[in-house]
Amino acid sequence: MALTLLAAEGSGLTNEVIDATTGIIGIAWLIPVLPLLGFLAVLALTKTLGDRAATIAIAVSGVIFALSIAVAVQVLADPATYVRPMPTWIAVGGFEVAFDLYIDQLTAVMLLVVTGVGFLIHIYSVGYMHGDSRYARFFAYLNLFLASMLILVLGANLLTLFLGWELVGLSSYLLIGFWFEKREYAVAAKKAFITNRVGDVSFMIAMFLAFAVVGSLDLLEVNASSLDGTTAFVLVLLLLGGAAAKSAQIPLYVWLPDAMAGPTPVSALIHAATMVTAGVYLTVRMSPVLIQSVGAMTIIAWVGALTALMAALIAVRQDDLKKILAYSTVSQLGFMFIGVGTGAFREGIFHLVTHAFFKGLLFLAAGSVMHAMNNETNVWRMGGLRKVMPITFVTSGIGWLAISGIPPFAGFFSKDQILTEAYLHGFGGVYLVGLVAAILTAFYMSRWFFLIFLGTPRHGGEIHPHESPRSMTVPLIVLAALSAVGGLALNPVHTGPLYTFLEPSVAPIAELGFEPAGPLTEAVLIPIAIVAALFGIGLAYLAYVRRDVSVGAMAEPVRGIGAELLERKFFVDEFYEAVFVRAGGQLARAITWFDSRVIDGAVVGSGVASLATGRWGRRLQSGLLRGYIGWMVIGALAVLGVLIVQVVS
Amino acid sequence: MGLLSLTILIPAFGALVIAFLDRGDAVPKIVALVTSLAAFAASLAILGPFQMGEPGLQLTESLTWIPAIGASISLAVDGTSLALILLTTFLTPLIIIASWDSITDRVRGYLAAFLLLESAVLGVFAATDLLLFYVFFEVSLVPMYLIIGIWGGAARKAAAIKFFLYTLLGGLLMLVAILYLFSQTGSFAYADMLALELSVTEQRWLFAAFLIAFAVKVPLFPVHTWLPDAHTEAPTGGSVFLAGVLLKLGTFGLLRYALPFFPDATVEFAPWLLAISVVGILYGAVVALMQSDIKKLIAYSSVSHMGFVVLGTFALTTTATSASVVQMVNHGLSTGALFLLIGFLYERRHTRQIAAFGGLAKRIPMMAGLWLVVSLSSLALPGLNGFVGEFPILLGTFQTNRTAAVFATFGAILAALYLLWAYQRMFHGPLEGADNENTSDLKPREIGVLVPLVVVIVAIGLYPKPLYDLVEPSVDRVLAEVGVEGLIPGDGLAEPEGGDQ
Repeated sequence: MALTLLAAEGSGLTNEVIDATTGIIGIAWLIPVLPLLGFLAVLALTKTLGDRAATIAIAVSGVIFALSIAVAVQVLADPATYVRPMPTWIAVGGFEVAFDLYIDQLTAVMLLVVTGVGFLIHIYSVGYMHGDSRYARFFAYLNLFLASMLILVLGANLLTLFLGWELVGLSSYLLIGFWFEKREYAVAAKKAFITNRVGDVSFMIAMFLAFAVVGSLDLLEVNASSLDGTTAFVLVLLLLGGAAAKSAQIPLYVWLPDAMAGPTPVSALIHAATMVTAGVYLTVRMSPVLIQSVGAMTIIAWVGALTALMAALIAVRQDDLKKILAYSTVSQLGFMFIGVGTGAFREGIFHLVTHAFFKGLLFLAAGSVMHAMNNETNVWRMGGLRKVMPITFVTSGIGWLAISGIPPFAGFFSKDQILTEAYLHGFGGVYLVGLVAAILTAFYMSRWFFLIFLGTPRHGGEIHPHESPRSMTVPLIVLAALSAVGGLALNPVHTGPLYTFLEPSVAPIAELGFEPAGPLTEAVLIPIAIVAALFGIGLAYLAYVRRDVSVGAMAEPVRGIGAELLERKFFVDEFYEAVFVRAGGQLARAITWFDSRVIDGAVVGSGVASLATGRWGRRLQSGLLRGYIGWMVIGALAVLGVLIVQVVS
Repeated sequence: MGLLSLTILIPAFGALVIAFLDRGDAVPKIVALVTSLAAFAASLAILGPFQMGEPGLQLTESLTWIPAIGASISLAVDGTSLALILLTTFLTPLIIIASWDSITDRVRGYLAAFLLLESAVLGVFAATDLLLFYVFFEVSLVPMYLIIGIWGGAARKAAAIKFFLYTLLGGLLMLVAILYLFSQTGSFAYADMLALELSVTEQRWLFAAFLIAFAVKVPLFPVHTWLPDAHTEAPTGGSVFLAGVLLKLGTFGLLRYALPFFPDATVEFAPWLLAISVVGILYGAVVALMQSDIKKLIAYSSVSHMGFVVLGTFALTTTATSASVVQMVNHGLSTGALFLLIGFLYERRHTRQIAAFGGLAKRIPMMAGLWLVVSLSSLALPGLNGFVGEFPILLGTFQTNRTAAVFATFGAILAALYLLWAYQRMFHGPLEGADNENTSDLKPREIGVLVPLVVVIVAIGLYPKPLYDLVEPSVDRVLAEVGVEGLIPGDGLAEPEGGDQ
């Protein structure tokens, strides 16, 4: 206790640290354990109960949402960092980690987002997955995901966090490949897992380094340590390596667009609202370490800015409604990393929350559209859906305005606050890149919205779109409400309630000595952001509403090599394919040839094989036991020889 | 009779009974199963009198053997050997049940060979007399040779001979070294040899001799090429025992003999062994990636995984070296389970070519699910057993040699790649072809074999503490003999640089 208090003091975190085993914190371990049991129970009972087994998973998701609210209320009423001691996991040679839980304001926010959106998506899936042959199994996997994600946000040390980190990767693998009969879906699942493994290696080395210099992996202790410049720089970059894979940043974002192979509720929950934000959570959680290396933070900010820009550019010319949203997610995660890198930790988390609302909403709306359109995904074969799907249309409209950054919708506040902070903290270049990405965001999301809902239908007469069932529209309405007022309610001004609430759980940046990048103030930056958003929407309106788009993709206003570059996603997949798959494969083949011809050939060819094919070998082959006894005799003779030497000397 | 000798003798006694039984296969099978379960029970009973936390060899039993040369039948265990004894006695009954219907030719011989093999290996783990150890070590070759050579696949003869000669030649070098040690002490007792003061030059030569013998067993790159052949040709039970237990004779031997006998040479050679281990980890994984035969793929994965064990052994920190022992057990469980699954699939399809399979998860979900769990354990997913061994190995190695630890960690990517790629090709994608469509799912007997393994895989993954508590004191004893008292965590704090060495 004394030690942990001391630890908290060194970190710059102002929370009091309380070891808690009673009250709601005392039973907080139920939050990850219940969905884990739900996962096992549904799998075990599917044979006897059939689809009804899914009810268990849905009930669990509701119960843990309620528990999370209770935990959040406790943190709100009595702010502190609560550590819930749990059994030891690994203990050997001075290395010790336990399954302890760590609950502070940041945890509370993450718990609410994960279980809240998780609960809504369980309900939505009742309608969306109806009739699937592995219906109950889908819910089992959703529960496994929730358990994993909750371990991730609750873990009190980096290794327990990593346990959740890896298990969300497994859940993601299982859910991307849920329809594994399609080969490309299975390939996408594997690609996600392997790409994340690259990041995991970085994360693991970060832990080795942290342990080597701190002697512990506890969040409190690592965050309380004062590191030398090089160690801090390397440690933060290693953590970024892990975060960049999980949160789909350059150069490891390539798995996320392919992950859209999974059922749409999965895209909403895992690949937009929650799992992909784990890297943002990790870096904000380690903010006391981050602020020890402004150099590394600058790299994070630029990775975020370039990812935001590049993904937004790609999204401009995608035609698959889910792929557009996927690149949009990559881009929005980039904004969150701009926040992390420029020291706007709380703004980053704010955007994480609003993004969970509006991107969860947009994906569920996309699912609703696909549900109505016989799984059509090409936006050029849609159009005019506003009439037949009024609820999906209105709720999508709110999501579109929210992500585009139009006040008073949620995304406006969070995105604007990130960009403002980037500017005010002296990251002028990052700010400009972010602003361009924001214009592009408004543009590609307007294109998405206009092509799907406005104009006249471009789909064939055999499709009869219809509004989705209530279990799907209710979650849409809830998320639309949150997207509409969530920003205003949580943090309407820079130092709003959420900002104040989160203060004790992130590192203070006052001592970093950030200076504004120029003379502009927030009063000027906010109008700039609004104009930028309107400009993006206006361009899209001219291109896709005012012009005739009935001819389909031929109607794209710009053609040529630049457009081609965007359509082909800057050829990054092709580049990776050439380097890692083809060149790597050739290297692997060469090594395998070396193994069978050189290593085995040399050893066997010169030695063993000559024996085996020669007279000795034939003798051994004809009666190996006899041959072996021969060897034993030789051995015995040798023993005898030594004995004689002993006796004689 | 003590518990140790009882545990060792029960399987041999069972083999004897089977040898004298009349024709008919049913009774010998039951005898073999009962015997192997009795040996398991006896080994569990060792945990009763065993003093946890006591670093030294205990439960000593000693019988005069050849007084003229000071050789005795002495047995004792420490935490490391007890962990491996339990692994052996746990796997053997499962192997016998797994082979229940698949071995139809010369059943009695097969069962007797397995029980003899079990006795010999248990003897290796428990012997504290070097001559006795050597005899057990070499005797274990014979039944394994026969199991591969008689009940193996098409190219079994060549594979069996390669296996036999490779390991025998390695063993002979060790015999010479043992005899030299004997010439210095006049005794074969472990304690006497441990007390011997050797010059650094002597240590180097003797260490090399022991190292070669054990490196072949592990097998360590570049003396590993007997393993894929032996695995591919061995019957399922043979592969399980080979990967599960026999490979551990090498890593066990290093830890029990090579390190404490030759401390100066150990410290001197440790960086080289770390380097070879890292090469083996990456090399084995890359070659595994390119295999078209699933059994060969897993065989090469063993080269990679055992590289982690040797890496941790020569990292010479309490964390890494204890984790090595834990990882010996983990590898035995995970790879053993994978070979069982491969065997069950082979019985249905009579092929091991990955390309022959596809989309099986739809047709045989039970096997697909278990295959995935075991693969995840093998690729060290946290929550399963492989991780709680691999992570502390790497973390502990990082304290002494950052470069080795960093490169070894990349093995984690490759392991995921070869295991999940194979899984995807075999179980995912469209279910095509009559062979795939007609593949039947696991039978109750097969599920019964796999479930205990999966239970232990999960149990160790979530709560490895008892296993670590068992092995850590004995590892500390060895490290104290080597003269490196385990590193204090957080040692690097004094270092000005954080990047690499």
